[in-house]
Amino acid sequence: MDRREFLEGSAAVGAAGGLATFGFDLAPAYAQVRALKISRATEVRSVCPYCAVGCSMIAYVTGHESFNTQSVLVHIEGDPDSPINGGSLCPKGASTMQLAVNERRDLAPLYRPAGARDWQRISWDDALDRLARLMKSTRDKTFVAQDENGRTVNRNEGIAFVGGATYTNEEGYLAAKFFRSLGTVYIEQQARV
Amino acid sequence: MTNHWVDFKNSDVHLVIGANPAENHPCGWKWAHVARDERGAKIIHVDPRFTRTSAIADIYAPIRAGTDVAFFGGLINYIISNERYHKEYVQLHTNASFLVDEGFTFDDGVFSGYDASNRSYDVATWDYQREEQPTAAPPTPGTTPITRAGFAKRDLTLEDPRTVFQLMKRHYSRYTPGMVSSITGMPVDKFLQVADTFSATGVPDKVGSIVYAVGLTHHTSGVQIIRALGMVQLLLGNMGRPGGGVNAERGHANIQGNTDNAISWEILPGYLAIPRPPMATIDDYLARVATTQLTPESVNFFGANYRNFLVSFLKTWFGDASTPENDWGYSWIPKPAGNASWLTIHDNARRGTLKGLFASGMSGVNIGPDSKRMIASLGNLEWLVAMDPLQTATATFWKAPGVAPEEIDTEVFFLPTTHWIEKDGSFVNSGRWMQWKYKALDAPGEVKDDNWIIGQLRLRLRKLYEGEGGPVPEPILNLTWSYTNAENPSLDEIAQEINGRDLSSGQLLDTFARLRADGTTSAGNWIYTGSYTQQEGNLARRRGVTDPTGLGYYHNWGWSWPLNRRILYNRASADAAGAPWDSRRPGIVWNGSRWVGDVPDFAATSSPSEGRGSFIMTGEGVGRLFAPGGLLMDGPFPEHYEQAESPIANLLSGTDKHPTAYLYEGALETFAPSGSSEFPYVATTYRVTEHEHYVTQYVPYLVEAMPDFFVELDPELARRKGIANGGRVRVVSMRGEVEGVAIVTRRMRPLRLGGNRVIHQVGIPVHWHYQAGSDTGASDRPSNLANLLTPYIGDANVRTPEFKGFLVNVFNVTPA
Repeated sequence: MDRREFLEGSAAVGAAGGLATFGFDLAPAYAQVRALKISRATEVRSVCPYCAVGCSMIAYVTGHESFNTQSVLVHIEGDPDSPINGGSLCPKGASTMQLAVNERRDLAPLYRPAGARDWQRISWDDALDRLARLMKSTRDKTFVAQDENGRTVNRNEGIAFVGGATYTNEEGYLAAKFFRSLGTVYIEQQARV
Repeated sequence: MTNHWVDFKNSDVHLVIGANPAENHPCGWKWAHVARDERGAKIIHVDPRFTRTSAIADIYAPIRAGTDVAFFGGLINYIISNERYHKEYVQLHTNASFLVDEGFTFDDGVFSGYDASNRSYDVATWDYQREEQPTAAPPTPGTTPITRAGFAKRDLTLEDPRTVFQLMKRHYSRYTPGMVSSITGMPVDKFLQVADTFSATGVPDKVGSIVYAVGLTHHTSGVQIIRALGMVQLLLGNMGRPGGGVNAERGHANIQGNTDNAISWEILPGYLAIPRPPMATIDDYLARVATTQLTPESVNFFGANYRNFLVSFLKTWFGDASTPENDWGYSWIPKPAGNASWLTIHDNARRGTLKGLFASGMSGVNIGPDSKRMIASLGNLEWLVAMDPLQTATATFWKAPGVAPEEIDTEVFFLPTTHWIEKDGSFVNSGRWMQWKYKALDAPGEVKDDNWIIGQLRLRLRKLYEGEGGPVPEPILNLTWSYTNAENPSLDEIAQEINGRDLSSGQLLDTFARLRADGTTSAGNWIYTGSYTQQEGNLARRRGVTDPTGLGYYHNWGWSWPLNRRILYNRASADAAGAPWDSRRPGIVWNGSRWVGDVPDFAATSSPSEGRGSFIMTGEGVGRLFAPGGLLMDGPFPEHYEQAESPIANLLSGTDKHPTAYLYEGALETFAPSGSSEFPYVATTYRVTEHEHYVTQYVPYLVEAMPDFFVELDPELARRKGIANGGRVRVVSMRGEVEGVAIVTRRMRPLRLGGNRVIHQVGIPVHWHYQAGSDTGASDRPSNLANLLTPYIGDANVRTPEFKGFLVNVFNVTPA
């Protein structure tokens, strides 16, 4: 018997016991309480984004992958199947819903020109075009193909990439691959700090 | 971690030091409670602060921040002088018997080869004595391989004065309990209680674990502190065993995976060394970085396969352009001139040689050290890109208090990116368990995946280099990018690329043992080969919950590197004959024809009678109590030095400060002198359970639970400085000041050092800052950012900043 069968079994016993004890059937009432929270939601398995214990969590989403619907996160809780956290979460993990759905997120790129006192809106295309141009001119200006001893080093002295401790493996790998291809030697994440 | 979270339940003693897992890793730490409740395990907590971890510990031992080498040195001395070490294990599984070069010396805090003029060592003498002639004498009973010239000489009796064991014994004989107490402030009886309790695991049927976090690494001697605890675990026979190990608790969801995948200047994926300028070819590179076999028994697996791993990696990145004729594209891997880590990056910005910086999910203004210096450095950049779901203090550094935006010429981009829950992909936890997560939500508004941004930049740069040319465009133009959607590469396809393939059949590989140096295999990261196989698909997705051994391996839940091995170095869990040290907690066991139990860290059918070395990744074939030249830059044995700022001079030698820690320009002038009366107190930074670094300032529940910046002080210090609990306190260092609520608590306690000198420590949480728009940090309250105080200096080997143990003064600023 796994955990789920056990829970289903005890729910059945509980419902039968209710009928016998109180003379009426509480099952529909229990069912109604559950329905209010996560009925019609899809369970999506996730992993906590904070520390590196690696607690599994279940995200309850309505409209997920359905045609013409907006996915809405209704609840996150610990995943009882995980051998690591067994369903428990710490205060941070238990409140990840407020990290995921947060009104303070900026929903479009921002740009701050030299000397400006504030952000201005910028389109993705304009931001990326400008950035690619800056990256190329910086790389071309600071690229060292041979060092002062004539040794081939092919490094870009002008650009650094830092970050990524909440990247997935695959994102981190791709970012490191891309930046090293530019000759970037200044590559760092949170491990040292 | 060499072990993993669930394995905590298998320990007899947990020594927790420089960590507070009860608050910072509670859902993993509960397995130590299981050990306590079910097997009567003892918990020891060594920390400057009494925390919730101390509250559930059997022994709490206070320590002065930054004196951990002295503590571990004392522990090593106690273990050796009281013969608490696991003799059979030490002889079999460590380099205790190796003879060290006659030229290796140690005098007054300095090892042989020191050059004071450039603060560095010539490491030539930090070596083993080598065989000059081949000898046919069998080095260990039951083995017959022939020693060859260049192999290390050994004395298995451990009695030769030049053995690692005797040199180590002599080195640490100075670390007496009285000396340890004088340096660390830990009372002698408390130290002896800790030493007695933990060293009781130096017998075959007991096992102890050391658990640590950044409280041990954030020091100028950070690497040597970790080495010291590794030595303790080797001496006690705790490495490679269920319930044992060296267990680093990591602070971010995938900091492990992204170290493995080399978002780190000094490595390529899978801990292959980054090539340096003198290494012109792959042959030069391997001659310098690959370990060589040092004993007849040594498997030297890593050194022997280095070329296979490197060529398969180059083949992955450069595809058809990677050929034998161009040395597989090796010259396209950039070769840094010197250190290129966190402190150097920002120092280069300050000096103006670094022009542009991408900060993705990382905020230097918060992280520091010396946030004021960080802000000045960022202001010297030509351009800065912040990629994050929420704005950071680095994205808005030009609006920081005291900064005039019109004087900052840096162009700044804020690119809003998806949260973890808006994309698939794997996270790897502290125990190396790789777990796949699934996308639950679509990104809001114009928010984009990081991969989309990388994909777009690559497309644009390719076009620019194709159209305009530029210096050495080959690595850009030849970089493989065979993803179905080049504009936003799928994480599943990248996971397969990381795993690697047989290039002739196109089949995914199931082990790195199949990687070849002839261009017929690929692997983006060899330690992940076997995580995504042709037969079983993506193993990080597995959700099997069976645990047949009851030891918590859960081999069918996710996947752990390498090869789904749950405990590293597990050959050392067994004796010479392949029997477990403790039959109730076997790691791997020889069953007569193969090793069974955990996935063996050893050839599965290599019988004990072959006598191969248990540590297959080292040239020695055993664990290193002595680190020979080149592995570390500051000594083969850890030695205590005082930190950049300390309240006393070094009591152990005339070498006061770390002799090789790098001094950045202008930094020394911002350090308080030893024993400063202006800054007499020792401060240390830390985290609380309700917050994670800086991002949780945006989470209302957590801000409500832990709403404001505070400073912890002991009652005696508070009384002397007229500071009341709940009043306001200002903390000042040479570099800056912060101000917050005073928490006067006996959790902080004065320590008595040598010469009856009493010192006070101050605890400062790091989570707050002035980020406009966050719930707690309005811009009119600039001074709640802990790293305004911290010194700009790092570890002598890897430059981890010294966030723990710097000097401050405190003042009462409670409004009348």
